[in-house]
Amino acid sequence: MSREEYYFHTEKMTVGYDGKPLIRDIEMCVKRGQILTLIGPNGGGKSTILKSITRQMKTIGGTVYLDGRTLQELSGRELSQKLAVVLTERMRSELMTCGDVVATGRYPYTGALGILTEEDWAKVREAMDLVHALELQERDFHAISDGQRQRVLLARAICQEPEIIVLDEPTSYLDIRHKLELLTILKQMVAQRRVAVVMSLHELDLAQKISDFVLCVHGEYIDRAGTPEEVFTSEYICRLYGITRGSYDALFGSVEMERAPGAPQVFVICGGGSGIPVFRALQRKGIPFAAGVLHRSDIDYEAARALASAVIAEEAYEPVGGARVQEALEVLRSCRKAICCLDSFGTMNAGNRLLRDEARRLGLLEDAAV
Amino acid sequence: MNKKAYRRYAVSFAALALLLAALLVWNINSGSVSLSVREIFHILVFRGGDETAYNIIWQIRLPRILAAIILGGALSVSGFLLQTFFGNPIAGPFVLGISSGSKLVVALVMVYLLGRSVTISSAGMIAAAFVGAMISMGFVLLFSRKISRMSMLVISGVMIGYICSAITDFVVTFADDSNIVNLHNWSLGSFSGMTWGNVTVMAAVVGLASAVTFLMSKPISAYQLGEVYAQNLGVNIRLFRVALILLSSVLSACVTAFAGPISFVGIAVPHLVKSMLKTAKPLLVIPACFLGGAVFCLFCDLIARTMFAPTELSISSVTAVFGAPVVIYIMVRRRKTV
Repeated sequence: MSREEYYFHTEKMTVGYDGKPLIRDIEMCVKRGQILTLIGPNGGGKSTILKSITRQMKTIGGTVYLDGRTLQELSGRELSQKLAVVLTERMRSELMTCGDVVATGRYPYTGALGILTEEDWAKVREAMDLVHALELQERDFHAISDGQRQRVLLARAICQEPEIIVLDEPTSYLDIRHKLELLTILKQMVAQRRVAVVMSLHELDLAQKISDFVLCVHGEYIDRAGTPEEVFTSEYICRLYGITRGSYDALFGSVEMERAPGAPQVFVICGGGSGIPVFRALQRKGIPFAAGVLHRSDIDYEAARALASAVIAEEAYEPVGGARVQEALEVLRSCRKAICCLDSFGTMNAGNRLLRDEARRLGLLEDAAV
Repeated sequence: MNKKAYRRYAVSFAALALLLAALLVWNINSGSVSLSVREIFHILVFRGGDETAYNIIWQIRLPRILAAIILGGALSVSGFLLQTFFGNPIAGPFVLGISSGSKLVVALVMVYLLGRSVTISSAGMIAAAFVGAMISMGFVLLFSRKISRMSMLVISGVMIGYICSAITDFVVTFADDSNIVNLHNWSLGSFSGMTWGNVTVMAAVVGLASAVTFLMSKPISAYQLGEVYAQNLGVNIRLFRVALILLSSVLSACVTAFAGPISFVGIAVPHLVKSMLKTAKPLLVIPACFLGGAVFCLFCDLIARTMFAPTELSISSVTAVFGAPVVIYIMVRRRKTV
């Protein structure tokens, strides 16, 4: 695809403070109706990039194109009709209602004295309706919650009728419900109004699910760019964020704490998700454990890999074989306790029944409650 | 959009206009020479009557009243601009030391010229005051880059003010004795001794600066949100900041040149006006500030003139009595919300 088809793209953009380059040769691009998300560790330069593409900071090198023109050649008014922002900077809003705040988005379209017409107010109401904030119109902007504030600020950006919206960590400080709400609204708006979105996000799980493209900001160059499927592998995310204590599971987008150190003290016989609560309980108490015998396709297997000191695994869709059971027994004998989370055994994991019986014979078996 | 809000604005402006009219009449009426309303009416409308009374009204009271109106308005608008610029509700030409900077340069120029028996024109005074205002403003801007806390900014402004006042006192003390009394009165702040010439010049300067300020309502409203948001809305920040500094300095310099430094009007009036209108929209606040400042200064000048007549109080003593509590109130309330 040729570059011209993108609504927004950069060519070898270098950004930084006071003429000192921070990140070099950034190539980013987004079409209308798409979401580009920047991820990366704190202090990595996500905000610096966003400030540079919104012209709050001068770029050090390269070119930024918006709608086929360079960022430099656009006048302040032209840019304000194409690009809106939702920033982390606190908005000063003395004696302003939420409606007033949203109305500031009409600024690029009003006359010399900035007086809003009835049509402008209709657009304000429409934007507030879109983010489900119409009932906040007469409320003081200071007196609303963080979640409401972000929605009002988004309405303000929508009201500006931009072709691209730049958001800097729009979901920070929001609880999970409001995070989802905000991103759902954003996704809807992108689809309905064919707006391009460039934003930074902290929540990897959400970034993975909402983005069309992901850009990983780390170090002197853009570390990696691509679709979420290309970027979100466990190994890569751990490397990007320098995760050494704990791990990141790309399939579920979940974060696991560091496993308890040392040789396994407890053996967990499990499968089909029955082991995960036990793993977590043991991990919280700092007790190292082993898990088995698990099929590689089992959901418990993924969690065990992150949390257990030893995992005895069988190939997917194969019956649990004698060799695996022997291996598990060896580990089991070195433990001081065993827990069996299963109460029925199918033909494929009949081996685990042997394991449980042996544990009972050795007097190690306890109920699933830890 | 909102009928209730519109009614509030209309009522507020009407109230301010009525207050202004009432104070105007009251001010013309009061003074060491008492005149009946009928006499005053006769003098004002038919330009007749007793010659002494005529002169008192036309040469003393009216210019003074007009000066209080114009300069009071200028001070409030200047205060509003500075508060917007620094994003600080207790910024104003007096607390930031801008008035005192003007005072210092004007005193230096006056002492120098008086020593050589040269009289200085109104425009010259404004120019000198403007230079002083810009010097103080330069220092305040320098400090505001290093410190972002609003209390520290004000403290540095107050310190600049003290330094300028100290040097002014020093200069005035050691200047030749002729006209010193005048200079001394002026350096404390007073609307007395205004001529029609003064009034014409200040009306032109303040009128122009206020009109330009009003026409800048739109970018000011964007700037109120914070610099980054204003920038995104298409405001040329650098140009805008320069314009704001020049306008606020011209307005406050004009006040200082004619009436000396006057405290607290620049903080108290914008705050009172915003509370009354329940909005900070510049389109409404700027004209309301001008009216409010005129009312506030007329009222304070009335007290300064008549309270202990024939002795006159300095205008700053009176404005401080009414203005300082407002400032304290703002600070206390701020502490709660931030």
